[in-house]
Amino acid sequence: MTSLSEAHASPTPSAASPTSVLRVRCCSSAGCLAGGAAELRQGLTTAVARRELQERVAITGVGCLGPCSQGPLLAIDPDGALFAGVTAADADGLIAALAHRLQAVSAAEREAPLAWRPAAGEQVDIGRPFFTRQRRIVLEHCGLIDPERIEAAIERGAYEQLRRAVQECTPAEVVETIRRSGLRGRGGAGYPTGLKWATVAKMPGERKVVVCNADEGDPGAFMDRSVLEGDPHRVLEGMAIAAYAVGAEQGFIYIRAEYKLAIVNLRRAIEQARRRHLLGAGLFGAPFGFTVELRVGAGAYVCGEETALIHSIEGQRGTPRPRPPYPAEAGVWGRPTLINNVETFANVVPILREGAEWFAAIGTEGSKGTKVFCLTGKVCRGGLVEVPMGTSLATIVSEMGEGCPDGAGLKAVQTGGPSGGCVPASLLHTSVDYESLQALGTIMGSGGMVVMDHSTDMVAIAAFFMAFCRDESCGKCVPCRAGTVQLHGLLQKHLAGDATAADLAQLEALCPMVAETSLCGLGQSAPKPVLSTLRYFREEYLARLKPGPTAAATGR
Amino acid sequence: MSVRTLTIDGHAVAMATGTTLLAAAREVWVPIPTLCHLEGLSPVAACRLCLVEIEGNGKLQPACLTPVAEGMVVHTDTPRLQDYRRTVIEMLFTEGNHVCAICVANGHCELQDRAVEVGMDHSRLPYRHPDRPVDLSHPHFGLDHNRCILCTRCVRVCDEVEGAHVWDVGWRGEHCRIIAGLNEPWGAVDACTDCGKCVQVCPTGALFDKADTSGEKHTDHGWLGALVRARARGQQTR
Repeated sequence: MTSLSEAHASPTPSAASPTSVLRVRCCSSAGCLAGGAAELRQGLTTAVARRELQERVAITGVGCLGPCSQGPLLAIDPDGALFAGVTAADADGLIAALAHRLQAVSAAEREAPLAWRPAAGEQVDIGRPFFTRQRRIVLEHCGLIDPERIEAAIERGAYEQLRRAVQECTPAEVVETIRRSGLRGRGGAGYPTGLKWATVAKMPGERKVVVCNADEGDPGAFMDRSVLEGDPHRVLEGMAIAAYAVGAEQGFIYIRAEYKLAIVNLRRAIEQARRRHLLGAGLFGAPFGFTVELRVGAGAYVCGEETALIHSIEGQRGTPRPRPPYPAEAGVWGRPTLINNVETFANVVPILREGAEWFAAIGTEGSKGTKVFCLTGKVCRGGLVEVPMGTSLATIVSEMGEGCPDGAGLKAVQTGGPSGGCVPASLLHTSVDYESLQALGTIMGSGGMVVMDHSTDMVAIAAFFMAFCRDESCGKCVPCRAGTVQLHGLLQKHLAGDATAADLAQLEALCPMVAETSLCGLGQSAPKPVLSTLRYFREEYLARLKPGPTAAATGR
Repeated sequence: MSVRTLTIDGHAVAMATGTTLLAAAREVWVPIPTLCHLEGLSPVAACRLCLVEIEGNGKLQPACLTPVAEGMVVHTDTPRLQDYRRTVIEMLFTEGNHVCAICVANGHCELQDRAVEVGMDHSRLPYRHPDRPVDLSHPHFGLDHNRCILCTRCVRVCDEVEGAHVWDVGWRGEHCRIIAGLNEPWGAVDACTDCGKCVQVCPTGALFDKADTSGEKHTDHGWLGALVRARARGQQTR
């Protein structure tokens, strides 16, 4: 419930322990690890040992600290100073500076800013809009707690809401709380979560299943990965509460194999929770049990579609099937199944803790709460941000992201990945909520937000996303299997400058055909990037046309 | 068993609960083209030819799978559906190598029939001329991937009716292929009982009897429905 800047400054309970006075939080998310965060952490630990400061300086790994594009990141408590671009070579200098700080006698010396800077990096001002415009609910503990230690999560209240739900609430009361909160699915479609829970809860059947969809696959999206890497117990607790509410005893987390660290952290978290009887049979002395298993996907984007995901969990080929029946009626092994996205489950605990009305007061009329976005592309300050629904795209991109680098003006913002579209710069005042984005021909999506400047070729963007869908089509239905290939071919023809007005007409005719006849969401939304670039950047298509037969002449 | 009354292209029809729109349409002689559908096999709604418009429902629905509902008003032959069906057929023709003149199924091919029905005299989409193999390893039958439209009837009949599960779909997207066993030559798959059901249900000349030459493959699907119905009544177990 704190903005990130406050969160950064708040000492954690473990840091307040009498022996260690200073705590260095090293980002251990996949992004910073790729930049050398593991070596940095090792270097810091070695330097602390060499100076025999283990009692006074704690080095902990934490989840995502935010401005991922500047990693490796670390934060120093108690004042929460954030440093970017830190390398292992900086470790000794930092520990020396911290040792000096520990020897300080006067309060003025102790509170003075740290006289240390990473050699190639910088101190990040946490008073910038990137931090101050955030409202962290899903990510409230991400970057603060050590995701490897369940104790760190429990100190901050993990599993307390599960205990309260199981011991003090009826399942119907939990469903009602979620319904009144107005929470909508964060996977992209925005289906009312309370309604979904109520549907599964009312389905007859003894054995129900709760599934967490962690098959995050949109290019440029890493929200779910960050949550799972940084605060896995939050998701487990949300799933367990959902299971209690709908009457399920079995849970699956379907996670993509590429998320190696998230898988490791989740496996550890599940084992830790099981050992503490926070998962398993007879939880909190109640006749309620819940077990969670991981299912690791083999790299098919389509398995994020819920019916394909169900087939994959069952061990079948990951292809979708027509709905109805919806998973709520017949899901995993034909059982009533609740499927929610990682971020949706991560919202459950704060809603129960603070109340439905508190949550419903955040956001807009139709879209409640916050949304986590991954700000990437041509933007000065990229990374993971969580903002209230209704925040304008301009606030996120221009103010928090601080616009495009190199002075090249902003051209468009792509949301929703291959299922979404491009919002032109002229419409950046649009507020981020499900309905407003849909009206622009894009979608909220899972939260990828790719910023494009004027050097970006919009036809190439459309071709890129179509190539993605062409690769990821499962091949079951004809319009998606063959239609994405034909659409991609037409777009490449445009890119090569070989397209005529007839080709453009064919492109425009084929898009609605593929969208309306495809079996699942992948094919149905595959033409969206084409349609949205045609809508807002049509001149880029027209400029490439070469003279040739018109649409009428070819009979199209 | 209760009954639902609905309207299909202006024809009122009463159907038992649980029956599909396709069955209802056939009851009143309204033709809806199909390719992946075959009576006696589980529906998969993959070819998208049988999509119909239902008033009040924003999305097109597959007739082979959608159950009838009281008061439904269904349109099966709107200009939009006609165009989409033709495009589907064009997509099928352009993604494989369908040369009717030299095909065993010429004159008895369901893809050819559908093309005629939807009025496809040429393809507006470019032909892709893929490089696809032919498997002649089985002693009696052949599989020509050039003619395969991935309807998965062979996969389903082998699994659901014969119980051998020789066939599957391998890879994904445009690279999808029907595979025998674990992508082995058909003749090397021990599970195959040589029953020929897959050849019988294949709508094109993709699966064929080696004894047949151009235009000689004649198939009759009536036996499948009869077999499945007889099994359901316990009259026949084979």
